[in-house]
Amino acid sequence: MRNDKSKKTATAWLLATALVVGLPQLAGAETVLRIGMTAADIPRTLGQPDQGFEGNRFTGLTMYDGLTAWDLSSATKPSVMIPGLATEWKVDEADKKKWTFKLRPGVTFHDGSPFNADAVVWNVEKVLKQDAPQFDASQVGVTASRMPTLASARKIDDMTVELTTKEPDSFLPINLTNLFMASPSKWQAFYDKAEGADAKAKSQAAWAAFAKEASGTGPWKMSKFTPRERLELVKNEGYWDKGRVPKVDKMVLLPMPEANARTAALLSGQVDWVEAPAPDAVKEIKQRGFQLQANESPHVWPWQFSRIEGSPWNDIRVRKAANLCVDREGLKEGLLAGLMVPATGTFEAGHPWRGKPTFEIKYDKAAAQKLMQEAGFGPSKKLTVKTQTSASGSGQMQPLPMNEYLQQALAECYFDVQLDVIEWNTLFTNWRRGAKDPTANGANATNVTYAAMDPFFALVRFLQSSMAPPTSNNWGYINNPKFDELVTKARQTFDPAARDAALAELHAASVDDAAFLYVAHDVSPRAMSPKVKGFVQPKSWFVDFSPVSMAP
Amino acid sequence: MFAYIARRIVYVIPIVASVALVCFLLVHITPGDPLVAVLPADASQELAAQLRTAYGFDRPLPVQFGLWLWRALHGDLGNSIATGRPVLSEVLRAVGNTVTLAIAAALIGFTLGLLFGLIAGYFRDTWIDKVATSIAIAGVSVPHYWLGMVMVIIFSVQLNWLPAVGAGPGGSGAWGWDWEHMKYLILPAITTSVIPMGIVTRTVRALTGDILSQDFVEALRAKGLRELDVFKHVIKNAAPTALAVMGLQLGYMLGGSILIETVFSWPGSGLLLNSAIFQRDLPLLQGTILVLALFFVALNLLVDIAQAAIDPRIKRG
Repeated sequence: MRNDKSKKTATAWLLATALVVGLPQLAGAETVLRIGMTAADIPRTLGQPDQGFEGNRFTGLTMYDGLTAWDLSSATKPSVMIPGLATEWKVDEADKKKWTFKLRPGVTFHDGSPFNADAVVWNVEKVLKQDAPQFDASQVGVTASRMPTLASARKIDDMTVELTTKEPDSFLPINLTNLFMASPSKWQAFYDKAEGADAKAKSQAAWAAFAKEASGTGPWKMSKFTPRERLELVKNEGYWDKGRVPKVDKMVLLPMPEANARTAALLSGQVDWVEAPAPDAVKEIKQRGFQLQANESPHVWPWQFSRIEGSPWNDIRVRKAANLCVDREGLKEGLLAGLMVPATGTFEAGHPWRGKPTFEIKYDKAAAQKLMQEAGFGPSKKLTVKTQTSASGSGQMQPLPMNEYLQQALAECYFDVQLDVIEWNTLFTNWRRGAKDPTANGANATNVTYAAMDPFFALVRFLQSSMAPPTSNNWGYINNPKFDELVTKARQTFDPAARDAALAELHAASVDDAAFLYVAHDVSPRAMSPKVKGFVQPKSWFVDFSPVSMAP
Repeated sequence: MFAYIARRIVYVIPIVASVALVCFLLVHITPGDPLVAVLPADASQELAAQLRTAYGFDRPLPVQFGLWLWRALHGDLGNSIATGRPVLSEVLRAVGNTVTLAIAAALIGFTLGLLFGLIAGYFRDTWIDKVATSIAIAGVSVPHYWLGMVMVIIFSVQLNWLPAVGAGPGGSGAWGWDWEHMKYLILPAITTSVIPMGIVTRTVRALTGDILSQDFVEALRAKGLRELDVFKHVIKNAAPTALAVMGLQLGYMLGGSILIETVFSWPGSGLLLNSAIFQRDLPLLQGTILVLALFFVALNLLVDIAQAAIDPRIKRG
């Protein structure tokens, strides 16, 4: 009996010891994914990120959702828009400026408050209604320009909302992928607690507090934030899309603006994943058994031509000759170590907006030389063209060497290319000012890369005549009635399939007109540890971190 | 001494005012749009105008300067355009990290610099001098960002001994003076220390050699002082100049190195400045430059006062 008691006591002690020893190990089993971003700072966390689409990738689509979303599940098909926090939507047949969105039931913010029509109206007004308490000027720039026609929002019932645009615009649902839903309840709690002289000061304080303790509906929740150094996100077990509940417990985001530093951090095991590794380290990354992921991005590296009076690019033969004179495969395999996709337009084959252009963009030097000779140029009479570019910049890939490559290539087709290299932000500012502005410095082309996620960004802002400066980015003052007609047609076609067909028609027309010198698409290279499993690199600027797991 | 300190502080006032003006103007005369951080290139003119008004960039430059200076005098350097966070807290956090790095680098650089300098000066024109001088020349000549990369490749990538980037396992917010944190400091501190090490070596070598050749040293020796006591006199005579050089070097280090902090992703003032420039975040850029300039001015003041305390001849001058 006594022996039994001793055995029981010993067993109890053993179990207790095992628990004490084992529990920390169980806690240590937490899986963590550490990512080195290219950003110099953590993108803003309050719902509308800065730092371009890298911001949306890391602090937008992780912690937040929009009414509509991108399908990021395929590496082979172009990413298309799918329902997000709205399950369905339709335009009012009688008034094409009004849209009704049905909201997804049962969704809650990270703070537990419900997502509903009030929340949608509140989030629209945070960037559009200047007298709303939650209006925040710092979020306007990165939002309003991405949904230029959105005018207002109105609650119909708890799960239905009406959005109004300034003009009929079938692109609205696509644009809404950029409006992230932040929790009004959480913000209000901060606002009520904030101390400030007036409502504006309280509002600013509330947003500052919200940024430190964000609350969205996304698959990741904020857990720890050190500005400029690290952001830790944990999985949202209660995410509404059960198929997208993250596989890893925690994701740590670290800003590492320098490519070599990122690469070293990966190779030394300090992080598991880096965005845009140093191109000259690609070979070593692969040799050491790390994964290199890349895929065609909706991105174009072009020369945008000036079409103002006197521009040499007004002759379509010259525009076509330039497009035929560049060996893009040579550029890809040589200078860029395979990290580009040759561009034959804004969209490539397989994309719903590609269309069927009749002008085939390829390398055909003989045809290019012939076109140039027809236009009156030759070995003894070269055509001087000047291009503004930058030495660096977001999305610019390797602007200087790439432009020097073009300079040499085009010289064989009787072009004398002069480069005007300026600082990236200045180039970006000049882009809005246009070819007629003195800051263009006499250049008749500009080399600014662009994202091609949605129809407005990809086509309309460049091709529609009314988008000429100072309105938007029709830098070269393209004024082609056919483009204008096709833009209107696409905007006012509300059946998704018919709208895509109209956009394809517009794109084909722009390629047939050789509207730009199309050179390359970026491939968004990222390198990762062999432990990273389940990642799918879509044809997108964005990625889905939910299916990623970490092997032990 | 008090009068001397008061006079030096009065001299500082116009310097600080000029620094403030230059900081403000520098970022306004550069080309490009001050709102580029928040304003996409395709933003409409209407939106641009709306934001320009919201941020006060539509007001005349003297008014903007007056308002900025008034707020700065009250400890408010405005909010970062890019992040919306107060500039002062951003700068102070970054400066704190840079100070940590600078202190570590100064300890390494000054210790080695003094050691090499004294040895080289004492053993002038011998092989010991040549070795120490070569190290000093290498220290000031080698591009330090390159050295940083080489050290990362060796100690992080190849040997896996030390972290390549960052400021601690939990970021600098959870900094501690233990090995887990210190190992993040070692590579950037060594890299930062090479220039001050080289400069201090060269200065102290020259000073030591010069002092040793003076008559009073011979007199001390003739009086029968031990060589160690003679050397103490040499050190005391070299100290004011060496201190001034070290003060300046510390000032440079406290300013943060954009290159080193970027190579190591060390979240100090250099990286902050880099980020502010690339994001074209004017309030952050102005605030960072102003705080760093004030640091520099304050440090110079302290060095001047320390020099005067050591060498009374300076007060008279």
